[in-house]
Amino acid sequence: MTDTAPLIELRQVAKVYGAGMAAVHALREVDLRIDQGDFVAVMGPSGSGKSTAMNILGCLDAPTSGSYCFRGVRVEHLTRDQRALLRRHYLGFVFQGFNLLARTSALENVELPLLYRGLHASARRAAARAALASVGLSGWESHAPAELSGGQQQRVAIARALVTRPAVLLADEPTGNLDTARSREIMELLRALQSERGITIIMVTHEADMAAYARRIVRFLDGRVASDTLNGTLAA
Amino acid sequence: MIWNALLLSLREIRRNLTRSFLTVLGIMIGVSAVITMVTLGNGATRAVQDQIASLGSNLIILRPGQRLGPGGGVGAPNFKLADAQAIESQVSGVEAVAPSIARSATIVRMARNWTSSVTGSTNAFFATGNWTLAEGRYFNDTEERAGRAVCVIGETVRRELFGAQSPIGGDMRIKQFSCEVIGLLASKGQSTFGMDQDDVIVMPLRTVQRRLTGSQDVNSIRISVQEGVSVDRAMAAVQQLMRERRKIGANEDNNFNLMDTRQIAETLTGTTRVLTMLLGAVAAVSLIVGGIGIMNIMLVSVTERTREIGIRLAIGALERDVLLQFLIEAVTLACLGGIIGIVLATVASYQLAQMMQVPFLFDARINVVSFLFSAAIGVVFGYFPARRAARLDPIEALRHE
Repeated sequence: MTDTAPLIELRQVAKVYGAGMAAVHALREVDLRIDQGDFVAVMGPSGSGKSTAMNILGCLDAPTSGSYCFRGVRVEHLTRDQRALLRRHYLGFVFQGFNLLARTSALENVELPLLYRGLHASARRAAARAALASVGLSGWESHAPAELSGGQQQRVAIARALVTRPAVLLADEPTGNLDTARSREIMELLRALQSERGITIIMVTHEADMAAYARRIVRFLDGRVASDTLNGTLAA
Repeated sequence: MIWNALLLSLREIRRNLTRSFLTVLGIMIGVSAVITMVTLGNGATRAVQDQIASLGSNLIILRPGQRLGPGGGVGAPNFKLADAQAIESQVSGVEAVAPSIARSATIVRMARNWTSSVTGSTNAFFATGNWTLAEGRYFNDTEERAGRAVCVIGETVRRELFGAQSPIGGDMRIKQFSCEVIGLLASKGQSTFGMDQDDVIVMPLRTVQRRLTGSQDVNSIRISVQEGVSVDRAMAAVQQLMRERRKIGANEDNNFNLMDTRQIAETLTGTTRVLTMLLGAVAAVSLIVGGIGIMNIMLVSVTERTREIGIRLAIGALERDVLLQFLIEAVTLACLGGIIGIVLATVASYQLAQMMQVPFLFDARINVVSFLFSAAIGVVFGYFPARRAARLDPIEALRHE
């Protein structure tokens, strides 16, 4: 492809849980490059290592061996707090279960990541409103998660991930708890973010329908990358 | 960052109002108990001090027996009138010497009766006790020498026996004899712990000795020292004189005791202070128990909010951000408990002070100390749950159901 430094580069990454006879090799010698602005779907059966790979890509976990280069930074050498700072500044997370704070308004949920950036209350509020507007939830700011539908909750979660203007959005089965129509809305939203804002999106999914929205599909099997293909059926 | 954490913790407290209230209940009760006990104790100490101050600062009281209090006088001979006269003539710097003997008696006037203490003494009694007349007069020489049946009464006795009338010239019946009231003492007003200073009947010494006690004994001598004369020196001189008169050998202990008002004040206030400290300490234990309550609820809260902690860690909270958040939440709760406790204590100790008839003394220091103590309890008992929260693994925490 090009010779510019990739955003993300995994080299010979392995992850082993436990030790000795009980050791579980969740990842074995994984090599993966992801460029800025890509939209990657990660697929594979359960136990294939895709969740472990996501945790490592999201800097939530460190590899047992191999190297992970994020924007030229060797993540495997970072401390727990340094990885937290990396997440704070460059990464956004969207989870299958939404993971919003209960009894807390949508606006306050979206403001949450900004609290750790030391922004003023007025700046926080403005940014959170803008993020909610960008996911089509203007006017729902004061609603608590329990008062929102599943699709709306996931939009709030996406707004929370976007509010810090991250380089990468990591989505772990973002449509897993939603019906087909809601799922399509969420996927359209993600694709728009990728194409309009150039946000790199890495998404784990079970469903081929959802993976079809991605530009590239990486399949995991037994802790290895089994296939890495460009998506031919990319919808116009 | 601290401001944010404070904001977060206030949000969290508001989100769980009932639980927050139950959490701070222990601290609230602890703080209010400590402050109430200490405030009332201070009031009681002040009441005792005031009462003694009304006796005058230059008073020495001489009693038989080695120590003050019940049983202290057993076996020690009483004084005689001659002892008082000897002190007056031989000790320099003495202003007045009042030998006295008291007996409890029931006094009857028409349909009313009242039991009080009848004191036999001289006019010096009024001078040494800082008494002034409201009406009438003191004893004259003839009444003192002849032991006439006349008396000077206090305000309480007048109220109980004479109602709204003036008592001067009125008759009261004490045991088998009738007694004329010649004077009414101005009220001293203080009444604490059931000790009413105005509940007093004074007769000439000889009258009481002859008609009530039937002996020549005097059981206490009050000596007031002239202004500018050292009370300590006068006490030493009185002690020397009494040892000689009572023929006490060089190696023997006194069989009488001498106290000046300062010592009496110290003895009594010492007692109330010890009691205050004791009650305060018991209350402080309840404050610590309140801290354990905070720790319990915070630990529950950390478990319950594991997912939330996971989210915070995932979106970039550092360990110390989470630690600070939970620590500040605990401290905020403890401080809120402290503030409510202070308000409760102020109301409670004001009401109780009225009921117990002691002055209400707002002690800023104990309020500040209790508040700081409750904040410190928040830090100490909040640290362990906060550290547990901060050390959670974000992946595990996010999976937590």
